[in-house]
Amino acid sequence: MIHFKNISKSFGKNLVLQNVDLQINTPGIFALLGPNGSGKTTLIKTFMGMVCANSGEILFNQQVVSGNEYRKKISYLPQIARFPENLTPLEFFDFIEKLRGPAPRKEELIHWFNIEAFLHKTLRNLSGGTRQKINLVSCLMYNNPVLILDEPSTGLDPVAMLKLKKWILAESQQGKQIILCSHLMDFVQELADEVIFMLDGEVHYRGNQHQLLAQTNTQTLEEAIANLLSEPKAQLVC
Amino acid sequence: MLKVFKYSFLDLMRNRWTIAYALFFALCSAGLLYLSGDGNKVIVSAMNIVLLLVPLVSVIYGQMYLYQVREYVELLLAQPISRKAIFMGYYLGISTALSLSLLVGFMLPALLLQPSYLLNTNWLLLIVIAVVLTFIFTGLACWLVLKYDNRLKGFGAGLFIWLLLAVLYDGAILVILLLLEDYPLEKLALVLSMLNPIDMGRMLLIFQLDYSALMGYTGAVFSHFFGTRLGGFILTFGFGVWLSFPIVLLLSKARKKDF
Repeated sequence: MIHFKNISKSFGKNLVLQNVDLQINTPGIFALLGPNGSGKTTLIKTFMGMVCANSGEILFNQQVVSGNEYRKKISYLPQIARFPENLTPLEFFDFIEKLRGPAPRKEELIHWFNIEAFLHKTLRNLSGGTRQKINLVSCLMYNNPVLILDEPSTGLDPVAMLKLKKWILAESQQGKQIILCSHLMDFVQELADEVIFMLDGEVHYRGNQHQLLAQTNTQTLEEAIANLLSEPKAQLVC
Repeated sequence: MLKVFKYSFLDLMRNRWTIAYALFFALCSAGLLYLSGDGNKVIVSAMNIVLLLVPLVSVIYGQMYLYQVREYVELLLAQPISRKAIFMGYYLGISTALSLSLLVGFMLPALLLQPSYLLNTNWLLLIVIAVVLTFIFTGLACWLVLKYDNRLKGFGAGLFIWLLLAVLYDGAILVILLLLEDYPLEKLALVLSMLNPIDMGRMLLIFQLDYSALMGYTGAVFSHFFGTRLGGFILTFGFGVWLSFPIVLLLSKARKKDF
């Protein structure tokens, strides 16, 4: 259970989050969408403790988020896959395991994304797509109830993309809460149960995909989002 | 903290610039040991290189590395580990890797060319001062990376601090001493020197090498000061403050910073 209670955040004069009140109580895949600079990543970072909110509080499993231990139950995939350049993927996984404890699904995921051949190469010599697979393995190798995936499909080839979708759907079927940020609307449309649309630091729409398509009278999520963006703000609020 | 330290140290020890840094000092000290017969001259020459280059490399290299791993640090911040542990781990990792390069650079040529230097107090003191300066300026570099998201500003501030402490500070002291030459200034000169870690290192080495006689009456005052127990205590305290100061700045910035 995640509850953002009236979260506001500004960077200098730039108000990035404005009284965001958002609850995610049920299992499922929640697509967090919005144009660049709408506050998606800041909202996620506030939950992970990387950004300190100016006001409001965040509850996780009915408890106010504080300290570091709550992060053990959350798997977070950052937007940019950067690593210490002179380590190998195996050493990197080992490092994460030293911080979080043994990863029960590491071997399975290494095999799933087919990265066995790269495990002993230094990370600086790997391609962007392979780095993203390493990023995914390090995130998904823990069987956590909450997954936060920020642009998980970046740089992936079609085979890896297909595997990623299968994995996310399987996780969802196990009753997990998955928050998905992506600009690839086809990818989101295939996976998301609910859409949370942010604009100018506020949640402007929340509902399931069918409702959104019906409300905007469109066929695809891409068209629906374009429609939402072209509407005056007052009409968007749900 | 130790886990972050271990893996950042491992990463840095495989970095070609860390190896190049060790090689540079190895070549310098080998050249000095090979060409100069007088032990003290070797140490004074090496001292001039150390006092100028160690702070510069520590600031620039520390900043380069931390700016490079900045996005990766975001991944660490999402793990169940405190900010203090992450940034102290990185600070110690960078400082230790650079210090190890210095040790190899100074000790290996000594071992091969003049093994007696391995037990030479002055040579060892030079290395200790180089290591202390490495920790101080790497700490400042870590703080600057957190303070400035803009790399250009960060590097500019780093270079300014280095220029101020390694070059301009001595000039400013000289101007003050010239302007106030009618007054007894030995104690003022002593206090001003204690405010700069590079000057403290220089003073310590010069008096250890017994070159203070060249500085006349001021040298006698300085020599007397460093010879007393109080002098030793104040010097240790000064280095302690300079070692702690960047860490306090770093941790205070890390606690509030938005990533």
